Amino acid sequence: MNRLTRIAYLTAVYLFFYFPIGVLIVYSFNNASYSLLWHGFTLDWYKELLTDTDLQSVAWHSLSVGLLAATLATILGTLTAVSLYRYRFRGRQLLHGMIFVMIVSPDIVMAISLLILFSTLKAPLGFWTLLLSHITFCMPFVAVTVYSRIAGLDKNIFEAAKDLGASDFTILWRVIIPLLWPAILAGWLLSFTLSLDDVIISFFVTGPDFDILPLKIFSMVKLGVKPEINALCTVMFGLTLLMVLLAQLVLRKKQ
Amino acid sequence: MKHDKTFKFITIGIIWLWLAIFAVAPNGLVFLTSLLQQGDNELVRLQLTLNSYLELFNASYLKIFVHSLLLAGCCTVLCILIGYPFAFIIARSKSRYKGFLLFLVIIPFWTSSLIRSYAIVAMLKTKGILNSLLMSLGVIDQPLHLLYSSSAVMIGLVYSLLPFMILPLYANIEKLDLRLIDAARDLGANKRTVLLRIILPLTWPGIIAGSMLVFLPAMSMFYIPDLLGGAKSVLIGNLIQNQFLTARNWPMGSALSVMLTVLMGLMLIMYWRSAKRNQDTRDLL
Repeated sequence: MNRLTRIAYLTAVYLFFYFPIGVLIVYSFNNASYSLLWHGFTLDWYKELLTDTDLQSVAWHSLSVGLLAATLATILGTLTAVSLYRYRFRGRQLLHGMIFVMIVSPDIVMAISLLILFSTLKAPLGFWTLLLSHITFCMPFVAVTVYSRIAGLDKNIFEAAKDLGASDFTILWRVIIPLLWPAILAGWLLSFTLSLDDVIISFFVTGPDFDILPLKIFSMVKLGVKPEINALCTVMFGLTLLMVLLAQLVLRKKQ
Repeated sequence: MKHDKTFKFITIGIIWLWLAIFAVAPNGLVFLTSLLQQGDNELVRLQLTLNSYLELFNASYLKIFVHSLLLAGCCTVLCILIGYPFAFIIARSKSRYKGFLLFLVIIPFWTSSLIRSYAIVAMLKTKGILNSLLMSLGVIDQPLHLLYSSSAVMIGLVYSLLPFMILPLYANIEKLDLRLIDAARDLGANKRTVLLRIILPLTWPGIIAGSMLVFLPAMSMFYIPDLLGGAKSVLIGNLIQNQFLTARNWPMGSALSVMLTVLMGLMLIMYWRSAKRNQDTRDLL
């Protein structure tokens, strides 16, 4: 392939990726409800989002679950990555494999397995079941992100710390975490995005009293295309963009 | 040192406990449920039976299964055809903007596929941008009914899942040792032979990893047919959703989920075999 064909090909695929999202964003600022024509710039649809009290409570639900799930998944995922790297224990290979399988397995399989678990335990579906599920599906992503960085650390550092009398906890707290914070932060950011965007698992494990943004969008979209949804999707897209950008930046910094 | 042992024990204990409760036990329960019977008053009756599995061979289920496999298969093939050259060009590019080009694929990878599917709905609807564009260009004079068809579902699936094909392929192609290609060329291989005998076999693990990340979700993303396909296009994901939330036939839904898990297992074996040496899981992301 010559240079021109290559550039044309890349452009075509990037257009495929970004044209629909671009149109969505542009129309969220269009001063017309149903028309395709440009009727001037407006922020009305965003104002409408801000005054929708129902939407505010739903957004708050999403944010609180996202923040908590990302934080707990980051703790759990980091511990997993550190254990896989530092310790030799029975079932280490199994743990490795399980993390991998959890990332690959289709969302719907995890969704119904958690639904059956919660129904067996007679746990009412809502905030808690949602939180526990989100921690579970975010955790492997953190483990993988952190593990891929930890493998690049110099093992002698741990030996040195040990020789100087540091306990395992001190090594984790004073050596590993300071060295790995970019990866840990990236893991947190990616978990937060995953949690904020998840549809399939949340669909099964939350109850009618605890609606969250993706499910709200899903039910709104089923009723038709509206400018408010364009605005809401634009906000969500912007948030994802920010998170991924930050994650990439912190990961690149210490490479 | 005694503290260290306790610390290690507690850390590994917490991890295993979490996975046992939220990963192992739930899947065990799914398998168990698939062997039970649908109850009249309660969700399941505690009686072991293979009924749900036998029912899978029922003509109507079989039809959905085949349709779902075909749709997901086509989606995977399309993603490979579009994604492979794309990943190859970026991975082999010496451009200054290589990192940025890759970043442009990472964004859709993490963006909610619900939002991206919605963008496709807005594009394809009768009075959507695509129709007006084609009409103003004079390509068509009647708006096309693109939405609510199998092709719309296919477009939605490819749109949502293409980044999941490109990134593993990229990781794999980037590690490809160019000297092998040069060596083959020196030994007289033509372009075709180099592609078929050198490049493809070496990037095979990437192709399988990508296919796994496309094929399995393609069968289970129930909201894409819901939004783009109307009533005709039903995937296994829609069927499972329906069995759990509408038909209330949990054993049947569980049996379907077990089938998906078996499919995943087969693809994992393929992947591990092709990757032979236990590769870093990072390659997948």
